[in-house]
Amino acid sequence: METRIYAPTAILGYGFPKESLERALLEEPDIIAVDAGSTDPGPYYLGEGVPFVTDSMLHRDLTLLIEASYKHKIPLAIGTAGGAGAKPHVDKTLAIIKRILNKKSYKARIAVIYSDVKKQKLIEFLKERKHFSLGKNNPLGDLTEERIRESTRIVAQLGVEPIMKALEKEPDIIVAGRVVDVAVFAALPWIKKQHKGLAVHLGKVLECGAIAAEPGSGSDGMMGVLRNGEFEVYPVNPSRRATVLSVAEHALYERTDPFREYVPGGYADLSQATYEEAGEGHVVVKGTGWVDLGERYVKLEGARLAGHRYVVVAGVRDPLFISRREELVDKAIEAVKERIRGEYNVYVHFYGANAVMGDREPNPVPGHELGIIIEVVSRDRELAKTIAGAVRSTLLHLGWPGRITTAGNLALPFSPSDLYAGKTYEWSIWHLIEEHDPLEFSSIKVLEV
Amino acid sequence: MARLIDVASIIRSKNAGPFTITIDILFREKECAVKAYSYLTPERIASLYKENPSRIEVILYEPANAVKINIPRKIPAGHPGDTDVYGAQQHAPLLEHEIPFDCK
Repeated sequence: METRIYAPTAILGYGFPKESLERALLEEPDIIAVDAGSTDPGPYYLGEGVPFVTDSMLHRDLTLLIEASYKHKIPLAIGTAGGAGAKPHVDKTLAIIKRILNKKSYKARIAVIYSDVKKQKLIEFLKERKHFSLGKNNPLGDLTEERIRESTRIVAQLGVEPIMKALEKEPDIIVAGRVVDVAVFAALPWIKKQHKGLAVHLGKVLECGAIAAEPGSGSDGMMGVLRNGEFEVYPVNPSRRATVLSVAEHALYERTDPFREYVPGGYADLSQATYEEAGEGHVVVKGTGWVDLGERYVKLEGARLAGHRYVVVAGVRDPLFISRREELVDKAIEAVKERIRGEYNVYVHFYGANAVMGDREPNPVPGHELGIIIEVVSRDRELAKTIAGAVRSTLLHLGWPGRITTAGNLALPFSPSDLYAGKTYEWSIWHLIEEHDPLEFSSIKVLEV
Repeated sequence: MARLIDVASIIRSKNAGPFTITIDILFREKECAVKAYSYLTPERIASLYKENPSRIEVILYEPANAVKINIPRKIPAGHPGDTDVYGAQQHAPLLEHEIPFDCK
């Protein structure tokens, strides 16, 4: 028995060569699966309910994939639609799909999986279910009612089972909300009772498209074939190949633990996995294990509004100011704090000294000029603007003993100089909660379009 | 003595979730990864990154001749005040770091 899976790109909307998709279709995949999600761009996208790729890129990728899926009768599965996988992300993806189907006069059965978590339900769950913060560096503390209420949106990162359930409804297209990266890849093999660990490991390799190839690319595809006791991966683009190193290395990518890939209910154990080159840029992987944990936990992700952000960009060329920069900026902020009360935070980044690494910078020695970014965040947009302006003007004219450069301390490149950078969010929930049934955090509906 | 930048084939940093920076150092030879793993102790990394050694994790990953280093973030990725949303530029102090062994 084998399952043939094509992953066209690392993230839906990142694009891919049309020729790669055409080549992949010659490989006769049983499913085209693509992960659309990442929390890497930050909590803003979940909080605000918007994708991190543009509509036009989603439209472009989806048009090609739907065409291929329709003409070759291959189901198309999309995981973590719209980037963050909450209802607005799923619905936006769905609307684009409907527009494409309509334009092409295609008919399709679409299974839609939502993973949004209702606040009231979660507050009730808090009392009766085990829950804890995820990751040992997680600074959020316990999951509390307050955290839940403050969150703009909360999603559960679903496991493989909701995708399996959706596939059983024989859809042409699956649009899933927040799911684990590997879910859309592992679901078909799990239905066919193939090895769960190998399926998850294969999913981990495929979820980043051709990133696990040499040369790697997040905008190209990779084929995966799962058989008995092994899987094989290969890029379809002849200018790339999979190597032992490129595939093995991928287990390190964006993970703290390269030996375990977790999904609700268990994990793939990569510690005994072996990698072997099979010629023509193909790599065969064997030995991945599966550990069933018995208990099931799903990860909950929630974002809350931190405030509105104003940003001031300034340059400094005066060596006297540069040498006293920390002290002068602190002084300006203190002076503003004394004058203007309210809830706000000011962050200062010294580009050219330590803006990238902050206190961890081993060599915080500025050159002949310095870039300063002043970031002000407040729930009150008007206040954020006022503070940004006040810190900027105070710093511009701030005097110090021995100053001879008395006309102004900052070179401001822009007028207006205080830029509104939109809303900013923070993670309010990054916790695990006990799950009693693999489907209980999902809601699945089927549409005939 | 050699610098890591001279002996490693890849040195990269990236988020592993919003609270942790993960740094991967890959070598051409397994032997180098093993040597680097025993040299790059949590204490050494901690002093390089001004962090408490108990919060540093160093892992040897032989299939890719790699050493993985996990460091807690001071500010979660994408929160106000963050300086590197993807955590992609936090590897720099390791590049020039001198190691007491040579390898290909």
